[in-house]
Amino acid sequence: MSLVTAAFEKAAAEDRAALVGYLPAGFPSVDGAIAAAVAIAEAGADVIEIGLPYSDPMMDGPVIEEAVHQALTHGAHVTDVLHTVEAVAGTGVPVLVMTYWNPVDHYGVAAFAADLASAGGSGLITPDLTPEEAGPWLAAAAERGLDPVFLVAPSSSRRRIELITSVCGGFVYAASLMGITGARDAVGGQAAGLVRRVRECTTLPVAVGLGVSSRAQAAEVAGFADGVIVGSAFVTRLLQAPDQAAGVGLVRDLATELAAGVRGR
Amino acid sequence: MAALDELAAAYVEARSDPGFQAELEALLRGYVGRPTLLTEVPSFAAAAGGCRVFLKREDLAHTGSHKINNVIGQALLTKRMGKTRVIAETGAGQHGVATATACALLGLDCVVYMGEVDTRRQALNVARMRMLGAQVVPVRTGSATLKDAINATFRDWVSSVETTHYCIGSVMGPHPFPVMVRDFQRVIGVEARQQVITATGRLPDAVIACVGGGSNAIGVFHAFIPDQGVRLIGCEAGGDGLATGRHAATLAGGSAGVIHGMRTYLLQDADGQTLDTHSISAGLDYPGVGPEHSWLAETGRASYRAITDAAAMDAFALLCRTEGIIPAIESAHALAGALQMGAELGAEALLLVNLSGRGDKDVDIAARWFGHLDDGPGR
Repeated sequence: MSLVTAAFEKAAAEDRAALVGYLPAGFPSVDGAIAAAVAIAEAGADVIEIGLPYSDPMMDGPVIEEAVHQALTHGAHVTDVLHTVEAVAGTGVPVLVMTYWNPVDHYGVAAFAADLASAGGSGLITPDLTPEEAGPWLAAAAERGLDPVFLVAPSSSRRRIELITSVCGGFVYAASLMGITGARDAVGGQAAGLVRRVRECTTLPVAVGLGVSSRAQAAEVAGFADGVIVGSAFVTRLLQAPDQAAGVGLVRDLATELAAGVRGR
Repeated sequence: MAALDELAAAYVEARSDPGFQAELEALLRGYVGRPTLLTEVPSFAAAAGGCRVFLKREDLAHTGSHKINNVIGQALLTKRMGKTRVIAETGAGQHGVATATACALLGLDCVVYMGEVDTRRQALNVARMRMLGAQVVPVRTGSATLKDAINATFRDWVSSVETTHYCIGSVMGPHPFPVMVRDFQRVIGVEARQQVITATGRLPDAVIACVGGGSNAIGVFHAFIPDQGVRLIGCEAGGDGLATGRHAATLAGGSAGVIHGMRTYLLQDADGQTLDTHSISAGLDYPGVGPEHSWLAETGRASYRAITDAAAMDAFALLCRTEGIIPAIESAHALAGALQMGAELGAEALLLVNLSGRGDKDVDIAARWFGHLDDGPGR
């Protein structure tokens, strides 16, 4: 069993959902992102996602786009992402990289998988890679013991969900709202139905993302999903903070609140 | 994926439906103004070494460019799918204007995303779209040009797909867009091939078109692909020159990768990040290219060259003065390519150039370039 799936099982054994925290590498700085991600891990997150900053973040909302834009403007490179993974994995919490496909394609799929594994990473979340096009990555993931995490959406058909879950590893990423990332006031009502449909096709844990920003929402999602993914809400804290140290503190506070939320199902 | 599957299924069904084809044909004839003319331009050709040059006059299509061919098709498909809202990206604004036009005609809501840089350099087209009832949304993210407008339009679409069709403007993006847009544009080459044969009794030696995303080029090339003796020449935006890095010549200066849901050539850095592009022409200012062009380039069936801003503007001026036709700056890249091909192939050559659009929208930029305005820096 992968470290990621094990983290979900540990949460399930404690009768709670897992908390999955996302931050892009390189924002507000390489070290600042590491400090913030470590804070999320220490505050009780079960899995950390590190975003690979990309010039065309088509599926992200304005909050993450702004952070990623700043990271790239400051000169964040793929090597910084791997360094970030290594530093955060040192906490013992499994770390996945979330990335658009072109940077991995350009790096070389096999080389990226090898270097990610060497850095202690647990796998990749690939929002713009379809299972049909994923052959080389699935082979590399199997060779290196990495989890290939794919996304399902409320619009996904039964057939699509079957295909996605058949190649997915670690957990299944359920996008709870149709649309881009970003904290919303109301968590998508379609989420519970989507989780149910995914569970009909797989025994992998199902985590819900896109929209959670408060303890109450975390608790609500924890009521029907195996994991709660939070990204934009953390990034918002970093964007709003007067300085890096304050940002890390705000992120830690939010993670603590959300960790309580996933225990409040 | 569900949206793309739905679209692909709807398109396949529509393509084989005689009723859909008849409706499309009637609008192309009675509204767009097809078939467009084929015009021989001997005075221009004199500067191209004395060969014969014919222009396929997409500039005379309603709204002023070939973009309308595709948009009419997709707007009809939108209605057929029961959707009420159309979104589109635009670079130079020609696709946005065409989309706003088709939506006005067919009673569809229309939102057009346009890079803020482009809204400034193509302000006239922004006004045209608004007059036609479209909402124009300036996109300020990234480089604030076409690629960022595409990102913004995809973002809208993933949140609105139940009611909304993304009317993509070129032969790019995920399947079925490149195939569908190609099919709607191939009428250009089908007409031109017959018109050239009628006028001269033979096939052209070369077919020349500008390439940004590549829809007018695919449109004019496609009917000639089986004609092995006909050279297919794509003219990309060379900007300040390939060596300067300030260009948008994807096939001439890029490498394979993935962007906007397609595997194709793109301009990228060592980390696979999309590079900023430059061109005097907003419509060619795009770091990717339609995947069918990548295929035509790799198989050698078509060849692609970079045309600098300066060469394009020289050709622009030449066509204005010798033939009384003001081309779009995009199309002027193809005209510059024709001047080069004429020199390469000699006086016996017969060239077909796709004049993809008219230059009304570019008067301000061109006037500044040539120093025809009193207030601006000129050359």
